[in-house]
Amino acid sequence: MKKVKTAQELKSLQEEIKNSRDPEKPCITICAGTGCLTYGSQKLVDNFRSEIEKQNLKGKVEVRASGCHGFCERGPLVVINPQNIFYQRVGLDDAEEIIKETVLNGQIIDRLLYVDPVTQEKILHEDEIPFYKRQMRLVFGMNGNIDPNSLEDYLAIGGYNALIKVLNGMEPEAIIEEIKTAGLRGRGGGGFSMGLKWEATRKAPGLPKYIICNADEGDPGAYMDRSLLEGNPYSILEGMLIGAYAIGSDTGYIYVRNEYPLAVKNITIAVEKARELGILGKDILGSGFDFDVLIVRGGGAFVCGEETALIASIEGRSGEPRAKYVFPSERGLYNKPTNINNVETWANVPLIINKGAEWYRSIGTENSKGTKIFALVGKINNTGLVEVPMGITLREIVYDIGGGIPKGRKFKAVQVGGPSGGCIPESHLDLQVDFDALSKVGSMMGSGGMIVMDDRTCMVDVALYFLKFLEEESCGKCTPCREGVHQMRLILERITEGNGKEEDLKTIEWMGKAIIDGSLCGLGGTAPNPVLSTLRYFRDEYEAHIKEKRCPAGVCKALITYTIDPELCTGCMVCAKICPVEAATGEKKEVHTIDQDKCIKCGACFESCKFDAVKVS
Amino acid sequence: MAEMVSLTIDGLKIHAPAGTTILEAATDANIYIPHLCSNEELAPYGACRLCMVEITQGERARLVASCIFEVADGLEVKTNTERVLNVRRLVIELLLARNNKHPALRKIADELGVKETRFPIEQKGCILCGQCVRTCREVVGVSAIGFSGRGITRKVATPFMESPPDCIACGSCVYVCPVQFIPMKEENGVRTIMKYDYPMQKCRKCGQYFAPKKQLEYFSKITNLPLEHFETCVDCR
Repeated sequence: MKKVKTAQELKSLQEEIKNSRDPEKPCITICAGTGCLTYGSQKLVDNFRSEIEKQNLKGKVEVRASGCHGFCERGPLVVINPQNIFYQRVGLDDAEEIIKETVLNGQIIDRLLYVDPVTQEKILHEDEIPFYKRQMRLVFGMNGNIDPNSLEDYLAIGGYNALIKVLNGMEPEAIIEEIKTAGLRGRGGGGFSMGLKWEATRKAPGLPKYIICNADEGDPGAYMDRSLLEGNPYSILEGMLIGAYAIGSDTGYIYVRNEYPLAVKNITIAVEKARELGILGKDILGSGFDFDVLIVRGGGAFVCGEETALIASIEGRSGEPRAKYVFPSERGLYNKPTNINNVETWANVPLIINKGAEWYRSIGTENSKGTKIFALVGKINNTGLVEVPMGITLREIVYDIGGGIPKGRKFKAVQVGGPSGGCIPESHLDLQVDFDALSKVGSMMGSGGMIVMDDRTCMVDVALYFLKFLEEESCGKCTPCREGVHQMRLILERITEGNGKEEDLKTIEWMGKAIIDGSLCGLGGTAPNPVLSTLRYFRDEYEAHIKEKRCPAGVCKALITYTIDPELCTGCMVCAKICPVEAATGEKKEVHTIDQDKCIKCGACFESCKFDAVKVS
Repeated sequence: MAEMVSLTIDGLKIHAPAGTTILEAATDANIYIPHLCSNEELAPYGACRLCMVEITQGERARLVASCIFEVADGLEVKTNTERVLNVRRLVIELLLARNNKHPALRKIADELGVKETRFPIEQKGCILCGQCVRTCREVVGVSAIGFSGRGITRKVATPFMESPPDCIACGSCVYVCPVQFIPMKEENGVRTIMKYDYPMQKCRKCGQYFAPKKQLEYFSKITNLPLEHFETCVDCR
């Protein structure tokens, strides 16, 4: 691509690309986000491409491998435009048929359509699917419209308009004011005003100033940052460019974990292409503004998502946090004023500049503006990434977008905010999700992980799972986090093994408060949340484990036994076949039994019995 | 002369130079705050969390590590609130689980009214205050030891768990350890630290072993003076 030297040249290039594209030309978009790629969608992309060659359709039909569309549950996903036909669970060999039937003849392939599990209705268009219909995909929605490795694609949808606007005469102070007015708060967990952070960094004495994009996403189950970096890396760069210009920074860092190879690849390509075009580098668009971006790969320590640990890691030291009594905006990377924001927050910036703070403010609740992307996972029908306006209720997310709980089971809780978030029970399902409402019920926004649990989930076991994660990921620097979380985990483990003591609950509550108060960084400062929030809402479950040595959800192995109800057993032998240790036995058409000495309580018999004859107690 | 700020600690009005930490200011005013990882020769670190105090700035009360937080005008510090004591009690109980014998820890426990830890005794000895690692890096300047592992598996270690090539056997890590965890002995012209041996130098004049050879080589290197210069003990010079 030829270097553009002025904003006008960039604008003309944009127009040129737009005009060269026929909106009526058929375009097959295949989701090539990490989720769909694991279904094999790269093969599908290749098949489409070779089919286009074979049928001499080159130049007549576009094939685009895009970033994540969010509905990972139904992948591989294919969208055919201009009609917006949505195919899901597409077979890797379906390319030929789709081109012949749908693209060339306008025939719909019935079996590839999405079926609404509630109405059993087949749905043709992407935007009519309940999963998408209730979302507001302002940030994430662009993923489907671009090939993440194509800067042209980004320009074609109006990419870098916000940058042009800013360099065409917006004063840095005015940009900061716009972001402040918009009310954009950090999407990475802290929820701090992005505008205030920019302002503090701009005003802090010392040069150079640095900006950092925190892409060290580490919450189990959360992958919105990965999907944004993979699917629309240019928008992140555009956000960073605007931030750097407003703050007065000439160097940016993207700290991305190396376990995200596709994100690393796509953002690296995006940076190279932006440099080629002249959007990164010296004297950007003739404005006199210099800015470049370096990509730093993280080794995968969860704690490096904490900003001071992240800074230490960029500096080449081990990723340990330091006390934040002086903010990074004053003394951050190499002791210089530094602004750190998370991927999703950066991605919101171009949107605000393009459409204005007032428009942005109109979305959301009083103190939480705009949308938030949640990773909806766990015991939910529609697993995937969902972008919703702040203020939507949990019930809408779980039932309208998520399609409810699989197998008709009962909702029990949703764990929001990553490992140190909190479990929210059914009684709070009508909670309007925003930063403040979530903290009020003992949870937090975190980076937006949302793990749905059904009635077969043991809350003590859940708390133990997250605590184990945090115990392993604690850097070990400060005592309360390193030793406290470890000891707390031992107590919880004892409880799930049936060795809990009466005083344990008092102890963990006391420890929880002191760990929160005493820890050095946010990791320890929130680590007790999963325990405290489950204790708050599901205390009876803890008590059942301790006093009655019983796991009400039938999960904790030490406290359950599997038996077969002779009334219900048909002697179908399925349990006997599936049992890995030959504990379940019996003759054909005779009542089966489980040998308790052999049983390892894996639950395979329970899961496989079609007659509900296997009982857990 | 540094600018002076005035603050209150436990109701007592005190003046301290700007830039000093609450812990330093309190110590100067004879107000005791327990601490284990802080050392005036080392950069503030804030790991043990024993020195937590409650501060009020404007409306907000919060806990901070007094070994890091710097004094400021109008700051109100309380060193003994229930919230503070709860953190200290937890910390000392957790540390007793690592080492329930050392008098320094028992003394702090006594002061906090903690008789015994409720947690299973793991008796690891080292309390991970990091004074040895930081002294080796910041004072000695060689970084022969560091931390390995993460979380509960963290420990003070030599690179690759082998004899540390950069160690000059000065023993600073041994002297600085608040719980005397790092063993050192000298026998037949050999100093042993942890489990590694370092030959000692005999004084050119009196013939007594007086310092590790590697330490003298290090002195020679950083001062640019010939090694022989250091091979005479202080008494004979």
